[in-house]
Amino acid sequence: MSTMVTKRWRTKKGYLFLQEDECKGCAFCIEFCPKNVLQQSNRFNIKGYYPPEVVDADACVNCTFCQLICPDFAIWSVKDEEAEGSADG
Amino acid sequence: MAERILTGQHFMNGDEACAEGAVAAGCGLFAGYPITPQSEIAERISLRLPQVGGVFIQMEDEISSMAAILGGAWGGQKTMTATSGPGFSLMMENLGLGLMTETPCVLVNIQRGGPSTGLPTLVGQADMMQARWGSHGDYGVIALSPWSPQESFELTVHAFNLAERYRLPVLVMSDEVVGHMYERVEIDPDRIEIVERRKPSVPPEEFLLYEVDDRLVPKGMPTFGDGYRVHVTGLTHDERGYPVLDAETQAALVPRLKEKIARNAADIIMIEETDVDGADVVIVTYGISARTSLGAMRMAQEKGLKVGMLRLITVWPFPEDRIRALADEVAGFVVPEINLGQVVLEVERVTAGRAAVTPVPHAGGDIHRPEQIVSAIEEVLRDAS
Amino acid sequence: MLHKAKPLPKPDVLENLEHPMHRYLRTDRFPHIWCSGCGLGTALSCFTFALDEMGLDDTNTAIVSGIGCTGRMAGYVNLDSYHTTHGRAIAFATGLAVAQPEKKVVVFSGDGDLFAIGGNHFIHAARRNIDMTVLCVNNFNYGMTGGQFGPTTPIGSRGTTAPYGNYETPFNLPYLAASSGATYVARWTTLDTRRLKQAMVEALTMPGFTFVEIISPCPTNYGRRNRLGDGLEELRYYSERSVIQHGADPKHADLYPGSDILVGRFVEQPRPTFLEQYEEQIIARNQFRRPNEKG
Repeated sequence: MSTMVTKRWRTKKGYLFLQEDECKGCAFCIEFCPKNVLQQSNRFNIKGYYPPEVVDADACVNCTFCQLICPDFAIWSVKDEEAEGSADG
Repeated sequence: MAERILTGQHFMNGDEACAEGAVAAGCGLFAGYPITPQSEIAERISLRLPQVGGVFIQMEDEISSMAAILGGAWGGQKTMTATSGPGFSLMMENLGLGLMTETPCVLVNIQRGGPSTGLPTLVGQADMMQARWGSHGDYGVIALSPWSPQESFELTVHAFNLAERYRLPVLVMSDEVVGHMYERVEIDPDRIEIVERRKPSVPPEEFLLYEVDDRLVPKGMPTFGDGYRVHVTGLTHDERGYPVLDAETQAALVPRLKEKIARNAADIIMIEETDVDGADVVIVTYGISARTSLGAMRMAQEKGLKVGMLRLITVWPFPEDRIRALADEVAGFVVPEINLGQVVLEVERVTAGRAAVTPVPHAGGDIHRPEQIVSAIEEVLRDAS
Repeated sequence: MLHKAKPLPKPDVLENLEHPMHRYLRTDRFPHIWCSGCGLGTALSCFTFALDEMGLDDTNTAIVSGIGCTGRMAGYVNLDSYHTTHGRAIAFATGLAVAQPEKKVVVFSGDGDLFAIGGNHFIHAARRNIDMTVLCVNNFNYGMTGGQFGPTTPIGSRGTTAPYGNYETPFNLPYLAASSGATYVARWTTLDTRRLKQAMVEALTMPGFTFVEIISPCPTNYGRRNRLGDGLEELRYYSERSVIQHGADPKHADLYPGSDILVGRFVEQPRPTFLEQYEEQIIARNQFRRPNEKG
């Protein structure tokens, strides 16, 4: 997992991280994000799935719903008061 | 506070002696299901284990009994279960799990007449091939066969030691007569050797669960909670213990499970020979049938016949080398067993026609009469001359 | 008139970042084998976050699983993990739990494994109140082997061995768990992630035999054969029908065509555990040494 490239978006109160190549295109995060932050991209990843992309970073409140529901550990979010920019658990 | 080792002289039956052997060896968990003629093991051990800080659980069936003792072993305990034929059949799948995951524990089968429900209260020895081949797939096993309550005690202790030394479930294949006969049992702590579990000698980052030593035995077994975060699976796995499902990994693992026993057979095999030197006929036997055979041998010797006895204390691995060597020296082997011919097939295979091999079968429910064995001996000698 | 679309926010691209829960995962074994749209990854995700929230010493937590898609769970967690025979995870876990009474043992397995072949072991471990947590991912079929129906398949649903539709009444898992003596019983879908995580925390905290049923989509088998769409559609289907009723009588949690899916925390009723009773009735009264006490 750590050799994956990770995309990181700045949100109002933190960051949203996505490891596209982990994604299996289930679209749970896109569909159930309460703030409609995500949409399906029209690129495919290395597995042939369409990963999500952030369409509205300002709407993200780092509620971590996407992080909890993602079955592939491909997306997570961090609030500012937590580690700055790194994803150490 | 009760002692684990019940030092002294006792008058007890084979089942009770087996239970005491387990307690003496350090058994911390017994999980079993009642079945005649094992019940006295469970009953005695349910009394003794709480006295010495162990746990007894009567499980809902034999399947879960075998599973629970595997779990208890990975939890750091020495564990045992006991059963008879029908339960032995149920335990086969999880016995395979124990063999595949190289989990030390002891499985006692007090054999009774079979097949199926058979003769619940009467003797049989008809599970011997099942002991070797009962679980699906390829592997090696160790099976011990006591012929007295004294030996029931000693071989149960020894079974725990072999389990730790070779990392597998070890079978004690007793029978209803040995289990229910009352004899003197002497328990002397100075004559009891206990082998403790070999733990990892390197820290978790360097440890491989199935890295083996030059005896093909995994080098260390961590206990749950030691920090090794093991992964134990019945799937074909690599040295890390992770499932890798291909022929190559299978070839690296499964032959080793067989070789682990075959290659160390010389250290594992125990046989007892009586009057074998110069004998024309050697009785090859085990368990209660060996007691009868001893009497038959004396009867034959009184008739002037040159007869000896080779008693299998370990039935598996089978002492191929010794039987093969004897096959060139004797006119024949006579193999009494309380079944319709099981271990005799091994004798036949190894003898490969170089000597006569005469089974003395018995469908079960009783022991042989020594006269039957003497007749078989006489027949061998008649055919040989 | 052409609307100018708001430009997509541009992310930074970083390397060598680990997922926040990576320490609970055997990352060298990822990607996992579960299908796109399967809820097992979500169940695993909630589990890792539950462990993290509890701050448990994870060397003192073990997972035991059986055979099936859910059974693969043991292979992906970075804990002492035991992938045992079909149906026998609870029995194995019983041995492990009594050998290490101070530690946490979690059984994570599927509906068929736990309730068909494993049913007997489930009810007895619950009856005895062995201290363990059983997390059952219920996807209403035997997924790994191709989609056969199972003991939780609703009446009328299809499976590869129920080509005319299943006509066997399924188990009501919360009811079965409660009546067998579980001290904690809850059910959630894999959409109720936060509540599911919370239920896992509660189940792991409550002593005794605790149980959480996790309803999950299985788009490759159950969902496909029952025309429930892809994983997303199947999850939406379960979610739309779920009704939260904490404290409901689990008798009403049965699932049949057209029913609501009752979710929530149904039972929270501690009682003495197996080892507590062992201790009270046998050890204390006879002044024996406590089981598995060192020294």
